[in-house]
Amino acid sequence: MYGVVHFTTGSLNMPIDKSDPNPNQSKASKFRWGELEEDDNLDFLLPPKEVIGPDENGIKKVIEYKFNDEGNKVKITTTTRARKLAKARLNRRAVERRNWERFGDAVHEDVGSRLTMVSTEEIILERPRAPGMKAEEIKVPGDSLAQLSKGGAVLMVCRTCGKKGDHWTSKCPYKDLAAPVETFVDKPVASEASVAASGSGKGAYVPPSMRAGAERTAGSDMRRRNDENSVRVTNLSEDTREPDLLELFRPFGAVTRVYVAMDQKTGTSRGFSFVNFVNREDAQRAINKLNGYGYDNLILRVEWATPRAN
Amino acid sequence: MRPILMKGHERPLTFLKYNRDGDLLFSCAKDHTPTVWFADNGERLGTYRGHNGAVWSCDVSRDSMRLITGSADQTVKLWNVQTGAQLYTFNFGSPARSVDFSVGDKLAVITTDPFMELTSAIHVKRIARDPTEQTEESELVIKGPQGRINRAVWGPLNRTIVSAGEDAVIRIWDSETGKLLREADKESGHKKTITSLTKSADGSHFLTGSLDKSAKLWDTRSLTLIKTYVTERPVNAVAMSPLLDHVVLGGGQDASAVTTTDHRAGKFEAKFFDKILQEEIGGVKGHFGPINALAFNPDGKSFSSGGEDGYVRLHHFDPDYFNIKI
Repeated sequence: MYGVVHFTTGSLNMPIDKSDPNPNQSKASKFRWGELEEDDNLDFLLPPKEVIGPDENGIKKVIEYKFNDEGNKVKITTTTRARKLAKARLNRRAVERRNWERFGDAVHEDVGSRLTMVSTEEIILERPRAPGMKAEEIKVPGDSLAQLSKGGAVLMVCRTCGKKGDHWTSKCPYKDLAAPVETFVDKPVASEASVAASGSGKGAYVPPSMRAGAERTAGSDMRRRNDENSVRVTNLSEDTREPDLLELFRPFGAVTRVYVAMDQKTGTSRGFSFVNFVNREDAQRAINKLNGYGYDNLILRVEWATPRAN
Repeated sequence: MRPILMKGHERPLTFLKYNRDGDLLFSCAKDHTPTVWFADNGERLGTYRGHNGAVWSCDVSRDSMRLITGSADQTVKLWNVQTGAQLYTFNFGSPARSVDFSVGDKLAVITTDPFMELTSAIHVKRIARDPTEQTEESELVIKGPQGRINRAVWGPLNRTIVSAGEDAVIRIWDSETGKLLREADKESGHKKTITSLTKSADGSHFLTGSLDKSAKLWDTRSLTLIKTYVTERPVNAVAMSPLLDHVVLGGGQDASAVTTTDHRAGKFEAKFFDKILQEEIGGVKGHFGPINALAFNPDGKSFSSGGEDGYVRLHHFDPDYFNIKI
């Protein structure tokens, strides 16, 4: 059984004749435009229709030239793929059944009824992770961040233990240990270590990031938009959302956060968003590749997000 | 691959079955009308009108001449596949859930739900070659399991009947005497309702899917557990590839996940697992609602899935499906 699936790859609106700098004008000037009655007369100016016959994949290309409404020469390439829907090795009975008459509710059905449609989307058997990688190999001991930049996964940050890439805060296996630096220490006696850093006297509040022994680097993944690895994306379409941008930016590297500015009243995007990467190089590559990229009919502007004033 | 979408049913699908030759696909749904489609391009051939309730399952004879359907209107009907005419109606006291022809199509096993005072039961009926000679009487009636029996199928050589249902225990009965031969081990068995059961192509093992988010592979003769496949969703339907060592599970959505569902539509997937390694190979997305029915074409080159959304999606595999390596 053969089914024909048509794809039209669109028309290219541009003058075809490269040798002649003013193709339309020069050709038209050979005929006085007042004498031209129908557009068909000009058809012989066009190159003939080309048919590139079905190749081994069943793909046939038909290249036609015509004039569009504005009088520009237009090249239309139609790519058709004839797909074999099923190996036609049916046995005799099955072939007989093919010719059975319709019954029941299908009696008045015409062949082109819309009950049965081929999906417009190409659906693939999505692999859970890159084939070849076993589950054990993923758990590389040591810097979990490095392995994430390979997989392009979302960075999981835990605020309790500060470990990156392993689990979210609510799933922290160390949650009862509640990192000592987080607890608010009142009595200076118990907190000789914390007072030493501030030096501002007993009982003064010392923020966790300034206490002795506090992980300075842990602060960097606490910050959100005001980050060195933050990229601003503007000229977004109305219905672009976080998952769409995540999918778009993921190939460049691990993304920690995507934020799309929304208008509370209408629920649509305000047209800009921020994407935070783990690595600055990934962010740079994303900027290089995606700035000017056409997405959902708009040209994206992708640049470094200007750091906040403080 | 580009699945073919068939929207012939107004209500959720309940069951899908291919005929032995693999050129016809029968679909049952809650809309009272089983439908038959051509399995290559998804064109509808016809519908079987007559039931007054949701049709829970069906089976087709080996020569593709007879169709048997079990329905919630407490009847099981025999149909002529080609013309859509009703040949016979078996009446029961409660909704009929699962139907299965025996090898040779001379007998059929039918399960009925518990209803009012009646408990659930397994009935064996003799099917006459000539519909005019068909009688109502049962060869055998087996009672015993608590709760609904979701699926009952014939074992090898029609000597046994395998049943599985709401009580999560798989049982093997003798088909002549009705005696209980074996019960699945409680510890290794399913913990919640078994929703579906499918036999392998040669009948030596079968796969059960359950709401406890797992599917288990069992040996038919000894009822020992061979493999377990774990997913994140309750399993509504299972299918085994007759060609490759793949198992497909189709499921629903946990009630707790409903509010946190992301907005992308078409994300209910049929999950493929390697039968032997128990590892997930991949998923085929596309359904807008939980998948309730799965069936493989006997030639193993295509499969179809039916969902809560009323769509049947027919997938012909791309050539690289057959080269998948873990």
